[in-house]
Amino acid sequence: MNKIFLIIRREYWERVRKPSFIVMTLLGPILMAAVFVVPVWIAMQDKSKHIVLVVDESGITDFKKMAAYNQIEKYDYVNMSEPEALTQFPKSDYTIMLWIPKNIVSKGQINLYYKKSAGLILEERLRTNVEQLFYQKSLEDNNIDLKKIESFKPRYKLVTQKLDEKTGKAVKTSTQVSTAIGLGGAIIMYMFIFLYGAQVMRGVMEEKTSRIVEVIVSSVKPFQLMMGKIVGVAMVGLTQFVLWIILTAVFVSIAQATVFKGMDNIPVQNNPMQMMHQGANVTQMNNEAAQLQKQMSNLPEIYNDIMNRNYFLIIGTFVFYFLGGYLLYSALFAAIGSAVDSEADTQQFMFPVTIPIILSFVVATSVIEDPEGPLAFWFSIIPFTSPVVMMVRVPFVNPGWELALSMIMLVLGFIFTTWLAARIYRVGILMYGKKVTWRELGKWLFYKR
Amino acid sequence: MDTILKSENIVKKYHNHLALNDVSIRVPTQCIYGLLGPNGAGKTSLIRIINQITAPDAGKIIFNGKEITPADTDKIGYLPEEKGLYKKMRVGELSLYLAQLKGLSKAEAMKRLKNWFEKFEMTSWWNKKVEELSKGMQQKVQFVVTVLHEPPLLILDEPFSGFDPINANLIKEEIFRLKAQGTTIVLSTHNMSSVEELCDQIALINNSKKIMEGAVRDIRKTYRTNVYEIAFSGSAIAFANALWTNFEIITKNDEEGVNKVRVKLLNNKTVNDLLQAIIPAVNVLALNEVVPSMNDIFISKVKETELTLSSNLTE
Repeated sequence: MNKIFLIIRREYWERVRKPSFIVMTLLGPILMAAVFVVPVWIAMQDKSKHIVLVVDESGITDFKKMAAYNQIEKYDYVNMSEPEALTQFPKSDYTIMLWIPKNIVSKGQINLYYKKSAGLILEERLRTNVEQLFYQKSLEDNNIDLKKIESFKPRYKLVTQKLDEKTGKAVKTSTQVSTAIGLGGAIIMYMFIFLYGAQVMRGVMEEKTSRIVEVIVSSVKPFQLMMGKIVGVAMVGLTQFVLWIILTAVFVSIAQATVFKGMDNIPVQNNPMQMMHQGANVTQMNNEAAQLQKQMSNLPEIYNDIMNRNYFLIIGTFVFYFLGGYLLYSALFAAIGSAVDSEADTQQFMFPVTIPIILSFVVATSVIEDPEGPLAFWFSIIPFTSPVVMMVRVPFVNPGWELALSMIMLVLGFIFTTWLAARIYRVGILMYGKKVTWRELGKWLFYKR
Repeated sequence: MDTILKSENIVKKYHNHLALNDVSIRVPTQCIYGLLGPNGAGKTSLIRIINQITAPDAGKIIFNGKEITPADTDKIGYLPEEKGLYKKMRVGELSLYLAQLKGLSKAEAMKRLKNWFEKFEMTSWWNKKVEELSKGMQQKVQFVVTVLHEPPLLILDEPFSGFDPINANLIKEEIFRLKAQGTTIVLSTHNMSSVEELCDQIALINNSKKIMEGAVRDIRKTYRTNVYEIAFSGSAIAFANALWTNFEIITKNDEEGVNKVRVKLLNNKTVNDLLQAIIPAVNVLALNEVVPSMNDIFISKVKETELTLSSNLTE
């Protein structure tokens, strides 16, 4: 009908033109892009440099083989006693002093003194570095070939593939990618339902407390007003979602063209190649290097996986579940907004409504571990939790009867909550100055119009 | 006289109280119909039922000879008692929106709004936000929006509250003008002086029941008390002596040498009889009938029903 369209249009335009909407629409993708860009950018920044004095009283092995890190400008090596070193160190330019005692083998301890904190990672690296040098020395002293030991160590990689039950076709998938997509979708879903549901509630309260509602329901049915608001706000949500996708893509590609430009030339921290050139070709470092190389060699696969995902399905299900979940909850939020006189009174009603959303988010984190287990199944069928839980499952599971069942349940779910909400709403919007209880709401359900 | 609106035996129950108990009213076309009653009597409940905001538990509303339908909402303009608008919206957009909700096309609404805004000197408000206007200004906007779609039936709930005397007068004139153009106006109010000034017909509702209905003129006639106020100069004792029988002196006062006395005629005596009796005794300056005000009628009627109610309860 024409009048509900007028309501939808007002709800939509009033919100889309708000400065807060425009700011959020621009800020959202910047924040999302920042999630990708900032860690890389931080890694690329020069860290504070350390000059390390290695005081070696043991003389057991050659510490000139200490591995280079781009956080360390240089090492210097001296042989002196600890008290002597401690009097020298404060006056020197050195920022870190590593003291290796004479009886290191029996004592099992190295001392690190610092003027400028090395940070957790560098400290750990220095420790293992010293450890490995001793290990290497022991092997050499006993004429054991390090390379031979290394060659005995098996290294396998796990290739996960999703087998299509019908076609029997295998598709390489990365569980990491599925997890990332699933969790990302679930978080956005959770946020959207909450954000826009609350907007509906506040909108209803605004109409009630400003008393304009009485004028409007003398022109349209309360149900039309409620649905007009819900649909209008849903369209605002979809607009924001679409703009976010577009803008994120734009920002990421801008970032790629600027920030990441020439990234290949930048030395990666803890560059394994560099370490090996330094001659520190010890097991531990080989391990790290190997792992890193493995990951590197995985990158094209992950990239392929990201590119080959069925985004039509993912975005399609997102939109469906956003609409379904939003309609389900926003109807309840509208009912709450209609029943109360002020924001403070919403608390007692908000709590039971938000519990399923929060629960679904908690469940979602364990669904990742077992995306096809009974927990995952049931919570993705129940309409109150399915929008968030299903988003986690979609990247793992084939769309089939489960998805269809879940969708049907969701539709039935929101038809039910909308019916319920409408009955509360039509009474609530005209009820003032009454402290509403749950019992009262129950009675409203059975009022005649 | 044609009838634009009728309520037939309306009953409305809220779960532990009866808001309207068998209320029937008849609103003639092109009149100003006052809906009177103390707070909580059931006026707003009745108005909401006429506006189809709520439905009655029993009875029906007849509008233009047929049972009212949702399509009729466009033929009614409603100004509720508690007035409010979207605070964040601009006045112009909001007015357009509300006009379109009442079925006007955008172009038509724009044209009419322009006229009204000029007439009420509100043109400069068009791009202002509602919250920037004073309460009185907002109510002016709301009045314009209520009448904009030129409905044959206007329902105004306390239309003058919140207005200064100048604007209240402006609204009053508009109400008269609209009536002259054929609009029927249902006016719900506590303000008895405006009832006397404006209303042709009234219904008095108390305790969920209609206790009186009719033309203001007729009602006042029914409540005539046969009391006249006479102003005269001369001896008050002579005056009292002249009215030996058939007359009852109710009040007396002396204002700067002018006596004012209220006299009730008894035993079918007429004003002529009264004059004949007092002219020889004093110098008559003026004579007026003392007509009970609507306020008096209202209060006495409400008290009367409450008495019967409490006596019914004690029986």
